[in-house]
Amino acid sequence: MNVKEKLLKSFFVENPVTGLLLGLCPTLATTTSAENGLGMGLATTFVLVSSNVVISLLRNVIPNRVRIPAFIVVIATFVTIVDMGMQATLYDLHKTLGLFIPLIVVNCIILGRAEAFASKNNLWDSFLDGLFMGLGFTFSLFILGSVREILGTGSWLGMALVPGDWSTILVFVLAPGAFLSLGFILVGMNKIARVIEGGK
Amino acid sequence: MTDLVLIIVSAVFVNNVIFSRFLGLCPYFGVSKKLDTAIGMSMAVIFVLTLAGTITYIIQTYLLVPLNIGYLQTIAFILVIASLVQLVEIVMKKVAPMLYRGLGIFLPLITTNCAILGISILSVQFKYDLIETIIFSFGSALGFGLALIIFSSVREALDTREIPKAFVGAPIAMIVAGILAMAFMGFSGMVK
Repeated sequence: MNVKEKLLKSFFVENPVTGLLLGLCPTLATTTSAENGLGMGLATTFVLVSSNVVISLLRNVIPNRVRIPAFIVVIATFVTIVDMGMQATLYDLHKTLGLFIPLIVVNCIILGRAEAFASKNNLWDSFLDGLFMGLGFTFSLFILGSVREILGTGSWLGMALVPGDWSTILVFVLAPGAFLSLGFILVGMNKIARVIEGGK
Repeated sequence: MTDLVLIIVSAVFVNNVIFSRFLGLCPYFGVSKKLDTAIGMSMAVIFVLTLAGTITYIIQTYLLVPLNIGYLQTIAFILVIASLVQLVEIVMKKVAPMLYRGLGIFLPLITTNCAILGISILSVQFKYDLIETIIFSFGSALGFGLALIIFSSVREALDTREIPKAFVGAPIAMIVAGILAMAFMGFSGMVK
């Protein structure tokens, strides 16, 4: 499979969030704004790429029977690095994302890719796989964050889109809005998929 | 005593793990298609989360803090939880085979339930003592069970209804969860 095809696939068909429904906790919890979604997505991408690379390098060293604990230790190490790195450089973002930075370690996407791909493929392929999956995840989080920020606060990436005295639909930045936004995005994607299949 | 009651009310209703903290969503959507499995999963989570909360508290207070290696918290906790789940599975198989038959298949799934790690880290962040940690973990798991059982009852009822084709499956589940989350928002303000 060529690189371009694979990139497209990880953004749409096999997108971790909208296609496979993986990693829902950070997806719903951290997308109160486009910026937060982007930050969470990139932090996860970093962990995904790094752990994929290391696991791919160690794939012939790790005994098959203890592979899952070994993967978890590798992933947890990178999560700790991201946690401390962000605390030192992006303090405000780190504070907003809070608990969900250490929780990257139990994000099923990362262990899933380690088990399904990086433990069987060479370094370069695993690197690309981690990068594309991570970017697909970031893309979904960014879209969901944008929808919620625009509807909930009337701004996008901090820029005001409507005059300040207009009232906005506050519920979209609160918890129920997360479920509803993702629900309706999935409805839209189902509809598009059905139209495309019907057209063939 | 009032403090403990407040902690449990807050964990079950006000700051519900699913609807307000967004923890444990994978099993929430994954095993909520049938009421029976939802009840089994809830029981397993209540059991493991209470145990995990207690043990991670002990690890944090008597190991990580005295040795000044707090930065190993994430790694230490996830390893403890993963081995705890394995241990519970082995012990339960020997000691209570009936219980194991009921909860067995849910146990391996619990390792990837972020509510377990999340609640353990939160009790450390909130600086709870041992009793408070146990109550908080138990209450959070109870909240998870409540949310899961309500949700699966709704989904069972939905099976027999006709809904638009594009909504079938995950989308309608999300929307139901959204409406339930709105209902749970009614509890906010009960406990500060």
